[in-house]
Amino acid sequence: MIKYLKLHDDKCVGCMTCTATCSRLYAKLDNPAKSRLQVNPLGAGKFHLIACDQECRKCVAECPTQAISVNSQGVVLINKSLCVGCLACVAVCPIDAMRFFPGESTPYKCVACGACVKTCPKDALEIGSKEDGPASQQYQEFAAVAQGART
Amino acid sequence: MSQTFSKQDFKLIKEVKLGNKPIHRGYAMRTLYVNVGSQEIKDKPVSEDMKQRFIGGKGFGLKLLWDGTKPATKWNDPENEIVIAMGPVCGNTNYPGSGKSLVVSLSPMTGVPIDSNVGGFFGPYLKFGGWDALELQGKAAVETIVFIDSNEGIVQLYESPAGIEQDTHLLAEQLTHAFAVDEKDLQSIAVVSAGRGADHSPMGLLNFSLYDKRRQGIRVKQAGRGGIGTVLRNKKIRAVVGRFGGVSQNLNDAADPAAVQRVGLKLHREIVVNDDKQCKMRKQGTAHLMEVMNDYDLLPTKNHKYGQDPKGPELASWVWEKLFSQNLPDGCWFGCTMACAHAVDHFLLETGPYKGTKVCVDGPEYETAAGVGSNLYVYDPHGILELNFYCDTYGIDTISFGTTTGFLMECWEHGILNLERTDGIDLTWGNWQGAAQILHDMADGKRFGVLAGRGVKFLADYFAKEYGADAQFLKDIALHGKGLEQSEYISKESLAQQGGYYLTNKGPQHDEAWLIFMDMVNNRIPTFENKAEALHYFPMFRTWFGLQGLCKLPWNDVEPADNAKHAEPNKVPEHVDNYRELYEAITGQALSWEGMIRMSEKVYNFQRCFNVRQGGGRRQDDYPPYRAMGPVLEDEYEARAERYDKQMQEKIGVDPAGKSTAEKVKITRQFRFKQYDSLIDAVFKRRGWTQDGCPTPEHLKNIGMDLPEVLAVVEARIAGQA
Repeated sequence: MIKYLKLHDDKCVGCMTCTATCSRLYAKLDNPAKSRLQVNPLGAGKFHLIACDQECRKCVAECPTQAISVNSQGVVLINKSLCVGCLACVAVCPIDAMRFFPGESTPYKCVACGACVKTCPKDALEIGSKEDGPASQQYQEFAAVAQGART
Repeated sequence: MSQTFSKQDFKLIKEVKLGNKPIHRGYAMRTLYVNVGSQEIKDKPVSEDMKQRFIGGKGFGLKLLWDGTKPATKWNDPENEIVIAMGPVCGNTNYPGSGKSLVVSLSPMTGVPIDSNVGGFFGPYLKFGGWDALELQGKAAVETIVFIDSNEGIVQLYESPAGIEQDTHLLAEQLTHAFAVDEKDLQSIAVVSAGRGADHSPMGLLNFSLYDKRRQGIRVKQAGRGGIGTVLRNKKIRAVVGRFGGVSQNLNDAADPAAVQRVGLKLHREIVVNDDKQCKMRKQGTAHLMEVMNDYDLLPTKNHKYGQDPKGPELASWVWEKLFSQNLPDGCWFGCTMACAHAVDHFLLETGPYKGTKVCVDGPEYETAAGVGSNLYVYDPHGILELNFYCDTYGIDTISFGTTTGFLMECWEHGILNLERTDGIDLTWGNWQGAAQILHDMADGKRFGVLAGRGVKFLADYFAKEYGADAQFLKDIALHGKGLEQSEYISKESLAQQGGYYLTNKGPQHDEAWLIFMDMVNNRIPTFENKAEALHYFPMFRTWFGLQGLCKLPWNDVEPADNAKHAEPNKVPEHVDNYRELYEAITGQALSWEGMIRMSEKVYNFQRCFNVRQGGGRRQDDYPPYRAMGPVLEDEYEARAERYDKQMQEKIGVDPAGKSTAEKVKITRQFRFKQYDSLIDAVFKRRGWTQDGCPTPEHLKNIGMDLPEVLAVVEARIAGQA
């Protein structure tokens, strides 16, 4: 199973409460650029929310130090002590959910903690769960090919 | 895995605590000196003048090597050094290809300085201990392991214990486990080692390891060229082990870390988007070149006799893509999304001492697949992998080995060699098992293996003297410059590339200039002056990578989507600007494009002067063997008769009609040598050298390399005293 932040663009009004909650929690200041969740205005009162779907795991496969892993709830986490700050994960993320702040050494991403869900006034966010699919398993299959390469 | 060791099993000979020093703006401003003979271990300051003049990396390496050796120093004298130097940009984790070490030494193959560019973790780890370079000098009395703990700031010499393995794939694994504090520390260990082949051959290489967490074992990258592994073994150094844990984003203490991230991420994204449409480095590595070279008649086939064969597609990129484990971050340093360091996992060996075991084969890269593949008429990928693996673990350069074995097979074809002379090894074209047997015999120190390992320059003389073979023919097909075997591109049809190979400081290696497409295919540099300009610009530009600790591949093995729209697409201008920006962001020093070239000019000319000091650096040292320039044999001419006849008519102005092939071979040969002479004239002039290839004092003053000791060398040469 995969725990993830389910996004309802149709309910979002762009109040930025979620980004404030997130950046305060993790970066100790209200700065949307440091939020793990992004609110992108599309115009005409519409918004597009971006947060890691915890599913594609391209970043897990790409990380050269295995600093990015998947926990028992299916959430993709970064171990900052192993991260070398190369930003390869940022480059391979297909939806720009892997974030970094210029000059700071490690990237960050949504870990589906649910803090923003509690503060969103419009129910545009919820913690969801979904089944593992082929994409979410791939990173393990890639690594398995090389394991035990010697006898 | 073989017997396990822990550090406690090793007898400590010497320990010196020199402390860790933080990097400031890319520099530590000190170097580490280790004499394994006298056991002296000390730090040396880097002066501001050394930094400005020699920049870093290869520049620092050559400067230290110059100071540590004398004009009479030979490769196997104790005072010869191995210098491993990094450069100010090296070790950043953001820009792809930023983990290179530059290794220099007086080469056993050429007698002049060799420089070799290598990935792996050792260089960056050394740098993070606060070292811009490591100098290894002296000869140890006992087999020695040098351990540099960059976290603790300690340098130790250990006696290599009995029972430890000698071949890299086992030795580096043993040492990685022995020196790691615990399982989590395995990725903190990097090992530099050679192998048994390097004990017996001047073409020995250095393997630089990296611990691959996914494979749970070591990988190796090679400082392949020029025999530095042989120097290591001659010094009785079994291995040099580095340790550093805690790599993070800005250990270089960049002046503008955000700019380093910005330019790095820009290239990461470019690679992620463009690579699959361009070179496919992430899937195929440099092996993507195989069918391209075969299509353009550039893939060495039968000792560079031909550049193409109908069997070429059997070694095409898609063959390697299937064999390589895919979707792994196979960079040789953290943050290299180009990830070209592919490997074939679970490979079952069929020959030699490790027959029947499954191993991880690092590679093949293009040079290896061509050198021990098509060049030997081997079109069996298994054979290539076997030769690749054994070259690496024995510490033998695949390029020199491939070119040498191609020479031996051609000698076999012409009856110069036979079973009696090869001690029973059949060297028929395509017999990779025969080639493998040479390697095993080299590692075991057996006669023919040791003889073969001397390289083509020696062998051409030897076969002429011992077997009465045609000396001129042997000289023509012995593909070397200054004693170093040529790497794996056919240069016959590109005069500029002949210069790119042979008008080099270290010998014919393609890292200075690769001009074949510009010259032969696209005809962008038609005149001698055009070619000379290219043979100025590209060697200088490419030298810059070696000053910084950078890999060349992300420069032009991926390109911006709009690169072709620029006036000079061959220079990949946007990427040059990336490098300028990266350098400025790390060092805080302003840099222009002209400034980049000037940095390189200083070091390039210094290296040429170094050659002069050691008795080389003359015009006569810069001529190719004729196989690199044109058809040596009549059947070689006839196989491309249409091309050569047309050239005779149009370029030479001679009507080929009615002439015998022998006559046409001779006329072509004379013409091509004359062309090459004109090229040398133009290139030496452009580079500011005399017509004998010596940098002039005026030129050295102009570029800021007018150190008194350097001027003394060139003035003596020009005055005819040296």
